[in-house]
Amino acid sequence: MSDSLKRTPLYEIHQRYGGKMIDFGGWELPVQYASIIQEHHMVREKAGIFDVSHMGEIEVTGEKAEGFVRYLMTNDVTRLKDKQVQYTLMCYPDGGVVDDLLVYRFSQQHYLLVVNASNTEKDYQWILSHAPEGIQVANVSDQYAQIAVQGPKAQEILQKISDTDLSQIRFFWFEPQVKLAGIQCMVSRTGYTGEDGFEIYLPAAEAAELWERIMEAGGEDIGPAGLGARDTLRFEAKLPLYGQELGPDITPLEAVLGHFVKLDSGDFIGRDALLKQRDEGIKRSLAEFEMIGRGIPRSHYEVYKNGEKIGYVTSGAYAPTLGKPMGLALIESRWSEPGEDIDIMIRSKLIPARVTRGAFYKRPQK
Amino acid sequence: MKVPTDLLYTNEHEWIKIEGDRAILGITDFAQEHLGDIVFVELPELDAQVASGEGVAVIESVKAVASVYTPVSGTVVEINDALEDNPELLNQEPYDNFIAIIEMDDPSEVEDLMSPEEYEQFCREQEKELGGR
Repeated sequence: MSDSLKRTPLYEIHQRYGGKMIDFGGWELPVQYASIIQEHHMVREKAGIFDVSHMGEIEVTGEKAEGFVRYLMTNDVTRLKDKQVQYTLMCYPDGGVVDDLLVYRFSQQHYLLVVNASNTEKDYQWILSHAPEGIQVANVSDQYAQIAVQGPKAQEILQKISDTDLSQIRFFWFEPQVKLAGIQCMVSRTGYTGEDGFEIYLPAAEAAELWERIMEAGGEDIGPAGLGARDTLRFEAKLPLYGQELGPDITPLEAVLGHFVKLDSGDFIGRDALLKQRDEGIKRSLAEFEMIGRGIPRSHYEVYKNGEKIGYVTSGAYAPTLGKPMGLALIESRWSEPGEDIDIMIRSKLIPARVTRGAFYKRPQK
Repeated sequence: MKVPTDLLYTNEHEWIKIEGDRAILGITDFAQEHLGDIVFVELPELDAQVASGEGVAVIESVKAVASVYTPVSGTVVEINDALEDNPELLNQEPYDNFIAIIEMDDPSEVEDLMSPEEYEQFCREQEKELGGR
């Protein structure tokens, strides 16, 4: 490993738990401990604990913070109440995506933006470059460690080490002051796995202690999970990944994330381009597909229809819970309706596949 | 890491068992360990003519795609199609689950393969290059 890789406050923990470390966008993080598939199933069936301290945190404060954040984002943050979280995207003027992120509202004058690790500096500069007088923008990423506890048993496990009634934190809400094992944390009911669960923000110095206390509280019901499982879990739940489903050359409308783009409630960067795209018709769209022939689709594989190239695979994998290979592809919109037969080019051969809808994982409702 | 003493090895982490003019081909414990959970195996066609150094099978784990190369030329006379439905067998018992059996055109090709001792040394060096993990 290169010496220049950044380490999270949980580096020693990963060593102790046998994490297989990789370079992930400049961070030295575990791709797996024992097995990606076992870790995946553990999260779906019980609970997993992830180090996501590499995620970036950017604080925006100021009297007119709400209006400023609204102007940066495709989603409408003015709909948020205090202690509520929103998934949103930030766009360039041409509608391409700067990043996808979570917005935490402490108050109308104080927001925390949680961004993709590898985009942190880019996002910070982008936000800073648009900030008017009276708005403070701070990259506070180094102050926070972040631990995600995900899975159907997440709440039960964390409740053992907290006096706060965690059931009161609803999906996409947060509590800024929660004591877990006596440690002051911010806790949101959010995640990137398709399961119920929490994301915990805390001072870097206390991260290792909290990790161990969560592991003790969880016993047999929890296991450490690495970036490999994080990717199969998010993919299987059809959650987009920046750099694959999203990027500067892909708009949120093409990525079929229109639900998070509020074109009719105030101006924001990229709005004109997205309005134009909506009115003129969206020429390519993200489509789900499943394989008919044998093979595993992977990112960047080409997609064909009647022998003509119509797009490419953004993410593809063997989906462990569904028990079969699945894919997401950015293809010409006219071929993106469910039932359409397409072909995936795998090792110079066209392998039949079919566009689907709703075939990805959804967690069973309680 | 297991390295059975009755097999020969390649620097691409395949094992070969010689039975007369037939070479039984599989992947090593080192290979499966480094690939991680194997989720897909693409086997060669029966009766295919293969040349030494040619990719004859593809193994995919959750994160990686890897080719299996034959170190010998000849004809594919048997394939282990149980791997198509149960690719994880290669993780569980890499030496009990062959990939293909090749009837060799030129049995002298096996002279270039590594002995178990040489292969163990080779793996140790690779581990060092990979940062001791």
